[in-house]
Amino acid sequence: MATAPPRDPALPVLSAEDVSLQYKTRERLVTATWRVSFKVYSGDRFVLLGPSGCGKSSLLKSAAGFLEPVEGRIRLNGRDIKRPGPDRMMVFQEFDQLLPWKSVYENVAYPMRVTGRFPRSEIDGRVRAYLDKIGLSRFADVHPHMLSGGMKQRVAIARAMAMEPDVLLMDEPFAALDALTRRTMQAELLRLWEDTRFTVLFVTHSIEEALIIGTRILVLSPHPGQVRAELDASGLGFDSAGTPRFAELQSRIETMLFNRSPTSLAEAHA
Amino acid sequence: MSHTLAADPPPRPEYERTPLAVDSIGEIVRDLSWRERLTQNALFRRIVILLVLAAAWQIYATWLDNELMMPKLSTTLVALWDALTNGTLLERTLLSLQVLVTGYAIGVAAAGILVSLSATTQIGNDLLSTLTAMFNPLPAIALLPLALLWFGLGLPSIVFVIVHSVLWAVALNTHSGFQSVSETMRMAGQTFGLRGVRYIFGILVPAALPAIVSGLKIGWAFAWRTLIAAELVFGASSRSGGLGWFIFENRVALETPYVFAGLLTVILIGLAIESLVFRTLEIHTVRKWGMQR
Repeated sequence: MATAPPRDPALPVLSAEDVSLQYKTRERLVTATWRVSFKVYSGDRFVLLGPSGCGKSSLLKSAAGFLEPVEGRIRLNGRDIKRPGPDRMMVFQEFDQLLPWKSVYENVAYPMRVTGRFPRSEIDGRVRAYLDKIGLSRFADVHPHMLSGGMKQRVAIARAMAMEPDVLLMDEPFAALDALTRRTMQAELLRLWEDTRFTVLFVTHSIEEALIIGTRILVLSPHPGQVRAELDASGLGFDSAGTPRFAELQSRIETMLFNRSPTSLAEAHA
Repeated sequence: MSHTLAADPPPRPEYERTPLAVDSIGEIVRDLSWRERLTQNALFRRIVILLVLAAAWQIYATWLDNELMMPKLSTTLVALWDALTNGTLLERTLLSLQVLVTGYAIGVAAAGILVSLSATTQIGNDLLSTLTAMFNPLPAIALLPLALLWFGLGLPSIVFVIVHSVLWAVALNTHSGFQSVSETMRMAGQTFGLRGVRYIFGILVPAALPAIVSGLKIGWAFAWRTLIAAELVFGASSRSGGLGWFIFENRVALETPYVFAGLLTVILIGLAIESLVFRTLEIHTVRKWGMQR
């Protein structure tokens, strides 16, 4: 478990094949997604983009192992996902994902300790290295309630990344942050990715965020979620906002999501 | 509709400024004066409250001037000292505490097992909900005749009713504490691969600690009440009675100051446990973690 076997980069890390997801409320059974397929390769920043109700969060929960598909299968490195596990660390939108009874340091160290994914002797060094990466070394001994929202999310990201999961699952991790902090965090995530080239599956409902964060964007239609398109957004970052490629991709996605015809869009721009 | 638009706001020039260096601003951090510190000290505030209550007691009893009905605080304290040094109060108190701690420990352990079951299985959940709904309203003292029948006259009967009074209160609080643990925190724990007992003690127990501590407090209070009541009813029959029996004895003998001394002992032990054990526990856990003010 400590070291993953070498993988063929031509094989996907995570693959969803015709995944239909349903969840029960007290009164009804809701179909969240219908036959969704996609493949995430090592080093991808794969974004699930769609309006609320398109089942993107359900897909992420399913990849995490919290929700079993009623049809189709989700596989990690060729193995069916059955239950949550430390090979797929998740970063949630909510700030209470950190354990309030543990210091920042302990929060990052805890999953490594309980999973035995790394030798004990390595844990301290890894925690310090990742706290350093997110710039929170000074706050190692502080408890989470003393931190701001952005700092909490940083710790959650460090906690997940320090585990070196096969795929990092992020469920709108910046949605609860203010706009200025969100921008800083997006830049920071890109910087961290340049640093370690992890694989991430990222859920958002913001087209702009999808374009900046993602290298691949899976656009989902709502109720129930179905794949509308898979787009290539590699090479786009903060600097690209306003470039023709950025604008073109943005309007393509808008057209898909709002079902506007290209002509009416052109009129709107004129 | 004679509604006129407000005039345009006046044009104003823009400006930019450079913030001052921190050291030229002056007082940013200041130590509090001793008065501010004292009023912020919870222990100090509590001692003031206790002194006021003690003074009220002394003044009222002096005014009433009836030793049989309401002895003065000073008389009670003298009686307390006398009972502790020359009498049986210390021995009685220790006996009561021993029974109390035994019953409390068994009750808390049983509650822990029940709630752990309810946290992991649906049937355990239903079992706990049903049992607490049935037994929580049942006064422990009402079970005493039955306990006497089953366990005979003696400590096991008292321990049994104490367990009953502690178990449901602690279980109910812990259970509702577990249920209020947020979905995000549960999922976070599960992604670490935690399951079963490790999940309960790694995530649920610390996350529900505010509710658990308040359950433990309530359980402790219930245990005391039940113990004293049980001893008042049949403490005489066991070889040597506890505090409740001490109170009963002295009431029969019309030694009211000693009755008050017994009651005061219960109160003092309650205060000590609350401020030493439970508060210390809270300060080092839920307050430190920012889960409780």
